[in-house]
Amino acid sequence: MNRETLRYGGVAVGDRLPELKIDITTGLIVGGAIASRDFTPVHHETKAAQDVGLPDIFMNIITSNGLMGRFVTDWAGPQATLKSIDLRLGAPNVPGVVMTVTGEVVAKDDAAGTVDVSVTGENNVWGTHMAGVVRLELPKEA
Amino acid sequence: MTPEEVSEFEAKIRAYVGRENGPRQRGKDDVNVAMIRHWAEVIGDQNPAYTDPDYAARSPRKGIVAPATMLQIWSMEGYPMCQSPKVDVQRELHNVFESYGYTGTLGTNTRTEFYRELRPGDQVNFHTIIDNIVGPKKTGRGMGYFIETVTTFTDQNDEPVGRQVFRVLKFVPPPQDAAQAAGGQQAAAVEAATRIASPRGHDNAWWWEAVDQGRVLIQRCKACGTLRHPPRPMCGECQSIEWDSIESTLDGEVFSFTEISYPRFPGYPYPLVVGVIQLAEGTRLVAGITGCEPSAVRIGMKVKGKVEQVDEKTWLPQFYPV
Ligand SMILES: [Zn+2]
Repeated sequence: MNRETLRYGGVAVGDRLPELKIDITTGLIVGGAIASRDFTPVHHETKAAQDVGLPDIFMNIITSNGLMGRFVTDWAGPQATLKSIDLRLGAPNVPGVVMTVTGEVVAKDDAAGTVDVSVTGENNVWGTHMAGVVRLELPKEA
Repeated sequence: MTPEEVSEFEAKIRAYVGRENGPRQRGKDDVNVAMIRHWAEVIGDQNPAYTDPDYAARSPRKGIVAPATMLQIWSMEGYPMCQSPKVDVQRELHNVFESYGYTGTLGTNTRTEFYRELRPGDQVNFHTIIDNIVGPKKTGRGMGYFIETVTTFTDQNDEPVGRQVFRVLKFVPPPQDAAQAAGGQQAAAVEAATRIASPRGHDNAWWWEAVDQGRVLIQRCKACGTLRHPPRPMCGECQSIEWDSIESTLDGEVFSFTEISYPRFPGYPYPLVVGVIQLAEGTRLVAGITGCEPSAVRIGMKVKGKVEQVDEKTWLPQFYPV
């Protein structure tokens, strides 16, 4: 992660974030579910996931949300503050896929000092897993 | 469902709109460094603001903060969810849907706003309202309704700290999903996506079977010799249903084309350019144009086709610039 926090003035609409590739493993899915205290069986028990028509357990929404937030703060630095995440879910993340996360600055609000980053997580097997907009506040001065 | 059943069902579900999912409750755990660290570890989040007390003490925040994305976590029920989950108002509503065949559940959207950062020791209280039910709507998953819930989060001083809108689709799963679920027991591995299978019916299967053999055929009327494509039983010129076929040389030019950008279909390569190819024989054919940048494709461009295996299951004619 970037330990130097970006300044509001140093970011422009159209800036692209460094791409992040995440191996979706059973460990990440179960770990994310348990660390988010989401014990819904489809996130840790293969049979339960297969009963709803999927080949294997799948990532819970809280983990997707967490990965999206991390992706943006990795780029923005530790003093950035998340203001909102608007997340649309697509294809499930199941073990064995690779999710590539990309992002681009799409808007700036000078009065609020906030930046909107559009983020997409594409998995290599089923397509878009998540897409959304993360709003974060950046410090104005160095 | 009969019209009576539909109105009975509609009345039942609409009665839930505006209802609260129980009173405001306090999260089982107040904000704490252990849960923050466990979360940051799994998410791979190395932000020192969350897990490095020395860094955090020296930072403008003067102490550890919890990742904003943990907001919902402070409200989770935990392990009872996999034994005997609490039957709350929200669960009751889902049960109503399920008793009418809307057994599919899919989280489709969340929108979370964070009003302030939470710190170890903060208490998180939450309160959920069933805000809206939208539908019935035809969706990619089947006929369904969207249930929208709004949860507000407050702290120990009753100050709002965040708000989350959650949208869930309840849908009637199509029959093949049930079959897939049954067959899915054996499917342990994820299969790589392939192109959408060609629809092979009584009148066109022969054409696709030739493609599988590496040849593109053009149907020809036996009575008047007119060529036609796509395949169909009767000649549009003379109404004869007697036909044979010739093999195309796949020489042609671009009659029209488009670049498909969104939505991206799994199993297709992008950029993806699809054209209508004017074949030298006179008929037109819809096919992929490849072998050059999408920006280089022009109407009238000369192209040459090849039948190629494009994935594990699919053979298709594709056209290259000459
Ligand atoms: Zn004819």
